[in-house]
Amino acid sequence: MDADIEEIRGKFLNHDFDEKQFAIEPETTIEYARLCGETADRFLNTDHEEFQAPPTFVTSLSGSRMLPKGFPRFGIGMDAGKGIECLKPIRPGSIVTGKTHLHDIYTKTGRSGRMIFVVTRIEFYDSEGNHLANSDSRMVMKERS
Amino acid sequence: MAIQKLDEVEFGVDLPTFVPDTSLAITTKFAKLIGWDAPRFTDHEAAKKEGLAGAMVPGILSQGYLVAMIHNWAPVAEVLVVDTVFRAPVIADEAHRINGVVTDIDEDECKVEIDLTVANEKGETRVFGTATVKLPR
Repeated sequence: MDADIEEIRGKFLNHDFDEKQFAIEPETTIEYARLCGETADRFLNTDHEEFQAPPTFVTSLSGSRMLPKGFPRFGIGMDAGKGIECLKPIRPGSIVTGKTHLHDIYTKTGRSGRMIFVVTRIEFYDSEGNHLANSDSRMVMKERS
Repeated sequence: MAIQKLDEVEFGVDLPTFVPDTSLAITTKFAKLIGWDAPRFTDHEAAKKEGLAGAMVPGILSQGYLVAMIHNWAPVAEVLVVDTVFRAPVIADEAHRINGVVTDIDEDECKVEIDLTVANEKGETRVFGTATVKLPR
């Protein structure tokens, strides 16, 4: 691994740099599910005993910042992908807390130069501290030449 | 027929093709719902001025389509993990199809892995992803 990347990994990985609360509104999660084309009743019907937000809903919840203060600007960031990990259902009507950290930093080098990938992870918790889900945003920056 | 149990799943089987509603009306509603109401998501002409082929479907809506497709195939499936790569823009008002194939079955853990792609009418993959789901035994 490149020395500069090794250094910023040591400095920035796995340190929470943002915390934000989100009110999970049933009307919003139902509309989200409907627009995605969901047909399963537990995402659409508030009377369902397992009523919950659709699994990808957490992807729409953004923290206050994408990168920690002082993170080097290698170039313009582009969205390279999203990932989710569902640990427990997100219940509409509840408040969840998102805590953000950098989960991974790595590079790929091609003919056009070095690309820096940064994975920002938001971990979501309920009011009792139960870990509900992770949402990963993968950003790619093409290094300025 | 909707899948209800793990033993109904076969390795290598294709999931039923899913045709998402990528109409601008739907994608605009979604963009506004999540606060992404920039013109490149809601207006073809404005998107073209930014160098795009038309208004983009928000990436996370494409991810939502993938999960909706899984639930269309197996309504009881519990989605554990979805990882999505946005290879190229999905353009609103253009027809797209989502395909999926079962790539692994873990009978001990009741988990199924699925590869998924969103492709346009030319067959070009715009989004691809993998999902891990859990099914009842």
